[in-house]
Amino acid sequence: MTEHKNDTSEPSLEKSTTLIEIEGLYQIFGNTPKEVLPKVKEGASKEEVLAETGHTVGLQDINLNIKRGEIFVIMGLSGSGKSTLIRHFNRLIDPTAGLIRVDGDNIMEFSMKDLTTFRRHKMSMVFQHFGLMPHRTVLENVGYGLSIKGESKKDWEEKANQWLDTVGLTGYGEQYPSQLSGGQQQRVGLARALCTDAEILLMDEAFSALDPLIRSEMQEQLLDLQENLQKTIIFITHDLDEALRLGDRIAVLKDGKLVQVGNPVDIVLKPADAYVRAFAKDVNRARALSVQTIMTANTEKLTGKTAGDVRADFPKDKDHAFVFDEEGYQGILSRAKLDDMDDGMLIKEALQPLKSVRQSTPLQDVIPIALTSPFDIPVINKKGVLKGRIEAKKLADVLSP
Amino acid sequence: MSSNWLTQFPDMSRRDLLTIRQTLDGAYRHFSREYGDAIEAAFHPLLKFLIWFDNLLLQTPWWIIIIAITGLVYAATRSWKLSLGVVISLLLIGYFGMWENTMRTLSIITVCTLISIALGIPIGILMARSDRAQSIITPLLDVMQTMPAFVYLIPVVMLLGIGKIPGVIAVVIYAIPPVIRLTNLGIRLVSKETLEAATAFGATSTQRLLGVQLPLAMPTIMAGINQTIMMALAMVVIASMIGVNGLGQPVLRSITNQYFTLGLLNGLAIVALAIIFDRVSQSYAKRTQKHLESAHND
Repeated sequence: MTEHKNDTSEPSLEKSTTLIEIEGLYQIFGNTPKEVLPKVKEGASKEEVLAETGHTVGLQDINLNIKRGEIFVIMGLSGSGKSTLIRHFNRLIDPTAGLIRVDGDNIMEFSMKDLTTFRRHKMSMVFQHFGLMPHRTVLENVGYGLSIKGESKKDWEEKANQWLDTVGLTGYGEQYPSQLSGGQQQRVGLARALCTDAEILLMDEAFSALDPLIRSEMQEQLLDLQENLQKTIIFITHDLDEALRLGDRIAVLKDGKLVQVGNPVDIVLKPADAYVRAFAKDVNRARALSVQTIMTANTEKLTGKTAGDVRADFPKDKDHAFVFDEEGYQGILSRAKLDDMDDGMLIKEALQPLKSVRQSTPLQDVIPIALTSPFDIPVINKKGVLKGRIEAKKLADVLSP
Repeated sequence: MSSNWLTQFPDMSRRDLLTIRQTLDGAYRHFSREYGDAIEAAFHPLLKFLIWFDNLLLQTPWWIIIIAITGLVYAATRSWKLSLGVVISLLLIGYFGMWENTMRTLSIITVCTLISIALGIPIGILMARSDRAQSIITPLLDVMQTMPAFVYLIPVVMLLGIGKIPGVIAVVIYAIPPVIRLTNLGIRLVSKETLEAATAFGATSTQRLLGVQLPLAMPTIMAGINQTIMMALAMVVIASMIGVNGLGQPVLRSITNQYFTLGLLNGLAIVALAIIFDRVSQSYAKRTQKHLESAHND
């Protein structure tokens, strides 16, 4: 375990390891939850328990594995227990029974002091109604996590200012939260959460209180940030479109029980039961699903100026490839064209232009590109690095109901 | 006997009642004889402070006092109008010969308010943190506020005699409930999500109290302090019955001798003090809550 902890310089290597584990989690609200627990474990329904004992079952038998570096979305309607569930990750609420393990540590065994340290360093949180402190300026809000850790004012102000710049609120530091619009306030909430540099980000319906346009902007911004930060994000929402757009994996919660856990494509294409199917039916897949969900990762690229440079590298099983030079992505080279060229010829003239897309691009923006080209579409991140490609067949599969 | 309980309340016999009264009174008298001196000694430092503060206000030349008070008022409120009003009312009070009594009242009110705040805010915090404490303290506060002040003057006087200390105790008992209640209320009204945010970022309970709960409860607490000051001023007249010097004594004398004008003038001086305290504490509270001003409503 210690090896993992020290090995923070290469987060991508750890991507597939489990970071958070939840086992057999139960939450029962009432006066004597422990006494009601056996009845719930035997499988009594929520209504029966309420009628017989006056206790409300919040969550039952939740088992989850959340991997390092993924965006894990927990989706459910109001009353499904999703906001209760997210509060267990940092023990704002203690479960009636169950195990929560974060990075190998059983956080249920933490003392108050351990828990405080854990909350300061390991996790931060964004709230539905922002949870900002109205008596502190925007800058003081962003630096809150660092200031209560005891960092000097100079240090936290500097970091807080950097994060304000990152979320696009340069110059708002001296204002009070009430002077900002809802979208701006939530950017402050996001900056505050990022400012502590915690590995895990809990987002409780973070964008639900914002109007649709701003919400979409914030989703975009979160995905952009995530490309660089590679945090583990647990995101709560009641909106399947949002879940599909953001999530690497999605858990659907109904009446305190997990109905399905899977990647976005599974949720849309292979709903586990009628409840999930009803949700998935109304989804505009082209808008809800992003390039990420159908991208084929680990694509080879060609680097070079002349046909001779690239001939040997040309992927055997493809009839076209993406060409890069020092300035980044240049265009597409088809095998037919390459075969017609002599080694000394510059490939620049043979390239066919084709727009690239980002991992966060919704599929609806990919369709027009795919329709005008016989080739796969390159997926390139902000820094110009090739992340993968989109195959037209996969695009068609995912869009046909 | 057994037949008339329908028409007459079956009360206890006079003899039994007398025994109860005598036993309780006797026990309390015994208690005060036994411990009165010790309790008085415990209050001695407070008495010394009261006398020192009284003398400070009385022996300092009047114009220095006016300058000092006006300076404080301006520092707290940054308002020239209010400061000017204070100067005028103090000059009028002095001109009508009520300067010394006003200073005595000012002294006792200041001390009582400080004691009420020093005791009331911690008690209010305790109430906000524990529902059990709240359920015990609330009825006590109800009794303190509704029990006629004369009734609890009796045991205080039995214990400590007549003078400044019993006066201070009576005034504090009467005036402390608002600051306790509103501290409790203010803390309980702090948005749950804001508090949760502080917890989620790893704030300890002290950091939550000092950094989030108290600052956000401050407008409500200030309203409580304001009420406490007003009630302390209202109690001044009653406290003069047990030997507290100040504006209350001429009022008391006016009642017994039917001096209407004397009563009115001293009453107006109390009103002037009340208005000064009220406006100053309110405008100070407002000025320190900058974040509440600029809220936009959309």
